[in-house]
Amino acid sequence: MHNFLDFEKPIAELEGKIEELRHLSDDGEINIAEEVARLQVKADRLLRQAYAKLTSWQKTQVARHPDRPHSSDYIANLIEDFTPLAGDRLFGEDRAIIGGIGRFRGYTVVIIGQEKGSDTNSRIEHNFGMARPEGYRKAQRLMGLANRFGLPVVTLVDSAGAYPGIGAEERGQAAAIARSIETCLGLKVPLVCAIIGEGGSGGAIAIATANQVLMLEHAVYSVISPEGCASILWRSGEQAQQAAEALKLTAQDLIKLGVIDEIMPEPLGGAQRDKREAIETVGEAIEKSLRELRKFDGVELRQRRREKFLEIGRKGLA
Amino acid sequence: MNWISNFVRPKIRALVHKEVPDNLWRKCLSCAQMIFHRELEANLLVCPHCGYHLRIGAKKRLGMLFDEGVYKTIELPETPADPLKFRDRKRYTERLKEAQVKTEEKEAILVAHGEMGGMPVVIAAFDFGFMGGSMGMAVGEALLAAAKLAVLQKAPLITVPASGGARMQEGILSLMQMPRTVIAVEQVKEAGLPYIVLLSDPTTGGVSASFAMLGDIALAEPGAIIGFAGQRVIEETIRETLPDGFQRAEFLLDHGMVDMVVHRRDLRETIIRLLKLLGERTPPAEVVALPKAESESADAKPESADAATGAPTGAPAEASGGSAE
Ligand SMILES: [Zn+2]
Repeated sequence: MHNFLDFEKPIAELEGKIEELRHLSDDGEINIAEEVARLQVKADRLLRQAYAKLTSWQKTQVARHPDRPHSSDYIANLIEDFTPLAGDRLFGEDRAIIGGIGRFRGYTVVIIGQEKGSDTNSRIEHNFGMARPEGYRKAQRLMGLANRFGLPVVTLVDSAGAYPGIGAEERGQAAAIARSIETCLGLKVPLVCAIIGEGGSGGAIAIATANQVLMLEHAVYSVISPEGCASILWRSGEQAQQAAEALKLTAQDLIKLGVIDEIMPEPLGGAQRDKREAIETVGEAIEKSLRELRKFDGVELRQRRREKFLEIGRKGLA
Repeated sequence: MNWISNFVRPKIRALVHKEVPDNLWRKCLSCAQMIFHRELEANLLVCPHCGYHLRIGAKKRLGMLFDEGVYKTIELPETPADPLKFRDRKRYTERLKEAQVKTEEKEAILVAHGEMGGMPVVIAAFDFGFMGGSMGMAVGEALLAAAKLAVLQKAPLITVPASGGARMQEGILSLMQMPRTVIAVEQVKEAGLPYIVLLSDPTTGGVSASFAMLGDIALAEPGAIIGFAGQRVIEETIRETLPDGFQRAEFLLDHGMVDMVVHRRDLRETIIRLLKLLGERTPPAEVVALPKAESESADAKPESADAATGAPTGAPAEASGGSAE
């Protein structure tokens, strides 16, 4: 799995050494096991240090890490009897947003997730997680299904944003996102959103207007990508690091701003280093949220969701 | 006679601080012809040579929509000025100040109430000149206030976006204005009031992807750029040049995304007609007690048959909509 990020270079070097030593151990050298253990401790320490103080830009890179678990991984591990459902019944099937029905911890749920893909073929199939209007309209259709049968909805956000293309504009990308937000707000069933990687602007809020918004420790969520912001405000994409800081896009920033409800801790070195653990943590957090939301009836759920968004920015800010 | 005396009553005139010198000529951005500024004003800032619709500020917009240009603006709710302490090459607070000086407005939106065709209306108009009409917390809160006012006054809400989208300097809090302004629209619709959007140049990004695309009726000004993604971003992504007229109002009309493209001089009349038509609703049918046991008799009112599940069995013949005779 070793796709290392720039700032992980020293760790990568150590881990490379450890790997080499492990291969040498066959040669009967005595100190090798000890040396490996020593280096492993050092590597863990470096990793811990690096991940304890990731900058906003580094977090952006971690959030986009190709080895991070994606929506399909969460669905495969958390949802029993998952049955994918396809199409918006209007134009097409957009695989940038996957979704369907299945059983989560004993209850039937509708789950909708932005899927980036994990190799060249699947990335192309899922359009790198960038949905067209059909994707948002499929999401609306699935939410409608959930509403009709009283099923909770779980959404997984992981997208650089809505796809900027000619066809997407022709078919009303803006309207599709607006309607998707409206659909989220109208639901009379629990809606829990987990931001698992990249929360890209309008493409994210389209399915993140939820009762509870959970976010992984190293995920990011922003109105614009740091690169996009830098190229507009600094007139140079090279200021992306500065832009990332200024945008306050980390989970730690967002909880202070009252925009998210909970930070889900990641395994040491990020979700990409231990997918199973990351998926389990997210599963637990979603289950807890759904359990809390079960207390409310449909009208209350809708009202509370609305009030939650109305409250954002009204208090607690300078 | 200039534009002011044609459209704005004297008491409103006091609001217009700067009168542009009369001898000013402006070059049309579209056909490059020189236009005498008074002629341009009299023509509602539409080029008399080619019909190009120039962008107009919020105050002018309100002046040309309300009856005789008379309206009252409301004080916008207070919001945190710079929640992220944002700084790019300049401080956000500095940019705000500059915009306020330039436009003589507090924010990128004005909310006003008055009458159109004698009917009460609330209008929220954007000012593109104020940081590109970008939507931050103040704009979002203003739209919520506009919705509240519309509901209180039982008046239709008209929004006139002119915005590049969310205000980046407010980060995620500007993104949050998308659901918040959708809630504003919901409140108006739940009260049974019409919500009309007049899409003006430009309406893009987070503004188009929220309240601006949820109108009961969507009007657009000729040539206005309306869309989600910026053209440069699209070109960079697909590495193709965009077709002529892409994301223009007429393009949206052709793709079924707006109801009509309306010349600026016809806007008032069009909106008034729509509001009249929407306001003059058929009075509810007289309530007739249902016949008792013999309820499946042909006395059943057609409305109740329509509301049924659609199963034709047992429904009186005259109630089935498809009947040719
Ligand atoms: Zn012209």
